[in-house]
Amino acid sequence: MEEEDTRDYSEPCVQCSVVNWGLTDEGRFYCKTCHNVIERTKEVLTSDVVPNTKIQSISRGFRKRKKIDKGWEWYVCEGFQYILKKQAEALQTLGVCPQMKDEILCNFWRCYLQKSKQAYCTTPVSYTSKALSISDVSTDVDSEPERISIHGLSSFSESDGDLQTENSFGYVSSIGKASARETASVCSGSVDGGSYLLKRKKGNLRMSMPMTLSFCYIALLWLREPVTLSDLLRFVIDGHIPYLNAFQYFPEEMKLYGVDLKIFRVESWPVYEDVHNKMFELATFLDLPRFPAITDSCFLHPNILCIKYLMEANLPDELHNWTCRVVKKINVGETDFLTLDPMNKSARKVKYDVLAAAIIIVVLKLLFLLDDQYEWLHANFAGKRNQKNKEGCLWFDFKKWYKTIKKSVDVEQKKLDEERARCLWKCEKPLFYSAKEKSVVFKKRQMVVNLQRQFGALSGSMQVAEKQSPSSFQLNWAEENTDVNCFHGHILEGVLQEKGNSLTAMNTKYWLCTVKLCNEKICGQLTHYKESDFPQSYQFVLNLFSFLLRVPASLIHEEVCLIEHKLFKTKLHRK
Amino acid sequence: IFSATRGRKATEFQETKKTCLNYIQDALLQHQWQRAAEFMTNYLETLENTSAEKRMAAPEVIWRIGTEILCHHSKSSIEEFNYFAERMKNLGVKTYLKVCLEHVFHLLCNGLIDDAYQNLSLAEGWRYGEQTTAQDKELKLIQAYKGLLDYYNWAKKRKAVLELDGNFANSVEQEMHSFFRQAAVNLKEIIKIPGVWDPFVKCYVDLLEFYEDYEEVRQVLSEYAYNSKFPPNPNAHVYYYQFLKRQGESKKTLMSVLKILHEIVPSHELMLEYNAMLQKSKKRKNHRLGLEIIFTLLDFAGWKEYVKAWSCLAKQIKQILENKHLDWVTEEWNSRKDWWPAFHFSHYLAKRNWQENESLACEKALVAGILLGKGNFKSSSLLCDTLVLVPLKLSFQKYYEEAAS
Repeated sequence: MEEEDTRDYSEPCVQCSVVNWGLTDEGRFYCKTCHNVIERTKEVLTSDVVPNTKIQSISRGFRKRKKIDKGWEWYVCEGFQYILKKQAEALQTLGVCPQMKDEILCNFWRCYLQKSKQAYCTTPVSYTSKALSISDVSTDVDSEPERISIHGLSSFSESDGDLQTENSFGYVSSIGKASARETASVCSGSVDGGSYLLKRKKGNLRMSMPMTLSFCYIALLWLREPVTLSDLLRFVIDGHIPYLNAFQYFPEEMKLYGVDLKIFRVESWPVYEDVHNKMFELATFLDLPRFPAITDSCFLHPNILCIKYLMEANLPDELHNWTCRVVKKINVGETDFLTLDPMNKSARKVKYDVLAAAIIIVVLKLLFLLDDQYEWLHANFAGKRNQKNKEGCLWFDFKKWYKTIKKSVDVEQKKLDEERARCLWKCEKPLFYSAKEKSVVFKKRQMVVNLQRQFGALSGSMQVAEKQSPSSFQLNWAEENTDVNCFHGHILEGVLQEKGNSLTAMNTKYWLCTVKLCNEKICGQLTHYKESDFPQSYQFVLNLFSFLLRVPASLIHEEVCLIEHKLFKTKLHRK
Repeated sequence: IFSATRGRKATEFQETKKTCLNYIQDALLQHQWQRAAEFMTNYLETLENTSAEKRMAAPEVIWRIGTEILCHHSKSSIEEFNYFAERMKNLGVKTYLKVCLEHVFHLLCNGLIDDAYQNLSLAEGWRYGEQTTAQDKELKLIQAYKGLLDYYNWAKKRKAVLELDGNFANSVEQEMHSFFRQAAVNLKEIIKIPGVWDPFVKCYVDLLEFYEDYEEVRQVLSEYAYNSKFPPNPNAHVYYYQFLKRQGESKKTLMSVLKILHEIVPSHELMLEYNAMLQKSKKRKNHRLGLEIIFTLLDFAGWKEYVKAWSCLAKQIKQILENKHLDWVTEEWNSRKDWWPAFHFSHYLAKRNWQENESLACEKALVAGILLGKGNFKSSSLLCDTLVLVPLKLSFQKYYEEAAS
């Protein structure tokens, strides 16, 4: 703990003019650079050793940073490091390859620390020398139970020209030494909590809870793991990945209070667009090169993702031919289009899941028009025909499909809504802003726990439902349940006709979701979705995918508009 | 996007808690107590809401929902309720007395008078700086109910004293007196506040009468009845009247009290008694008033089938006609001749009355005969006598028909 005691003393050394003080065994100050011992001795602070928190006197004034409980000093980025570690472990449990945690995410994180000058840079340290473990060369950041041991760098970072190897045993700089004293009046468990939220250095990217997911996602994307962003967020909300109350995983000695709450406390679930945008910002900030290519054999390629979503939406497999055709036509299957390249600022940030869903919707519009008339007429026709010919292939009947889906999704949506309402946001470790608040907060938590026990005993037995293991598919149609209709094998008769060598849609009409796209800079969005402007069938399909992806319908709608504008580009330009 | 609370967007925590509350409310409305309890466990977190405003409002909502569930849930018991109430008392200073009071009500409703008494005693002595004045109303109510239960204990002791004798009686009597003192103090206090305090008043009066402090009773009851600051309360007048009657006050005094009651509630059941007193009086104006009283009484649907009222009316009208004051009758009948026939003397009613209540039918017929009779009322009085002598169904019906045409 010596650097805490010497922190406040910032006089440069007489001999070498460096501010780098340590304490001798007798408690005298010495310069660590030139070993010059000076007269100053450590003040005896009586309040340090008392474990009883009540005696933390508030009357000492604000000269020194107050510690509510005897604990380590820690920096905000350390906290995030713990959280990222836990998240990576959770992803590993879910089946992501271990490379993600040990190599990719780890290195991205280190790169971030370096870029944001929190570690791995040349500025002088006010960090305890315990942090340097020169001998330890393993790449796993997580092996130590104590503070961050900053290890030798892996091959990834070595390619980065900025880094000088002699400084590879990173020093964590205080983010402006004066800031520790300036922000002494802002109470926080972390050293830099107060200044963390205030500082707004240009070009610097601040960590936040949603950002942890952006980190996870770019790591997943780099490895081209079969996890979409909507999957990731769904796992988070369902509790399979630590996010809410992730600070629980901090070690005992890392005390969290005061302004730290603003950083680590979560009161809202992450928003898809937010995480997606931050991911791109992050990739740029880290100066990452072009990501590994997304080819047509990758899970994230629209052709593959469409298969998945078609299955989940209980739509005929035959539609896949059509999605591939659309993909080809508008060139969204190109590797260059799909691969994330942080260097290329003008490249569109691809939302793989939303894109796939939108493509399916466009195909449905092409074949079934979805104007609240055509699809029902066809459905009646198909239904009659299916009744007559019970053997052989069944024609896809939109009406029947609609009923089946609606029933299931309504049930699932209701369950989901109840699950959301049942979510417990608070954990055993209550958060408080100040010493004054602490006892009240703890007492209240105890009270709540008691009452929860009482009412829990009066609840039905479904209280104890085990958390289901997560799956990539939310809706299953082809399995055990035989009374639920499965439309995968149905054929698209009645909507297709032969034209030369290929099939085209019988329906020759198409309605555009929007004729003109908005200016993103003015409106903030490219399109505005107002339900009442659109046919019910379209709304239904949009809501279906909105449910599956857990994103707002307007987001998918926007993607649909963009696809349509590409698809009918020539026709639009003619007008 | 701004929400209603000071322009800050509501967090998802707050939104999910709101949804949770909706689920609870639905469950309560549909009597799904288990489901309500289940969502309650999640809703309880709102006590730790980051928004101070919502945190302050939480205890009351939780108390309401909790009591509702615990009152109805099959697995709940009075012990559960007590546990919950104790937790809620500790939860917030602002709701302390309210929770105490409602807890007491619940105990009383379950017949746990002693427990209720204990809780009231504890609550009565509660002081908490500024909060004491902020929760003044609740404190007064607590004191009032304590007074009520002191009265209840006093009554028990009184009964015991009557059954015992000798030394035992003495100590019990002492206890009785101490309960009286406690009760009297609190009951007197609450009655001072403008309001409707019927049960408290009755108990207090009972106490005072036992100790023969009639002056105080008179003071209390007249205040209760006549102080304009108090809301209009017919019972107050009734209590006062009954007391004066017990005291053997003069008819004049009694009648003056009932007169005021008549002005407030002309259909009050004491009006018959009032009318009787007026008839006994020698003064002509009282007789006139009596006629008005009885007519007004029968303006109200509640008295339609009351035989005594009709017989009084019949008797009075006859007497008045005999004394040649038909103008009185005319006066009263003028405002009623348009609607009383349909209200009281319809063909349907006549048939029903005859089937269900002969004496009623007779009395009504008498009155009808006079009031509805052709020609002037003079001859009607003779008609009355004849009608009394000839109670035949057919003639009645015929009579009604003729009268109605």
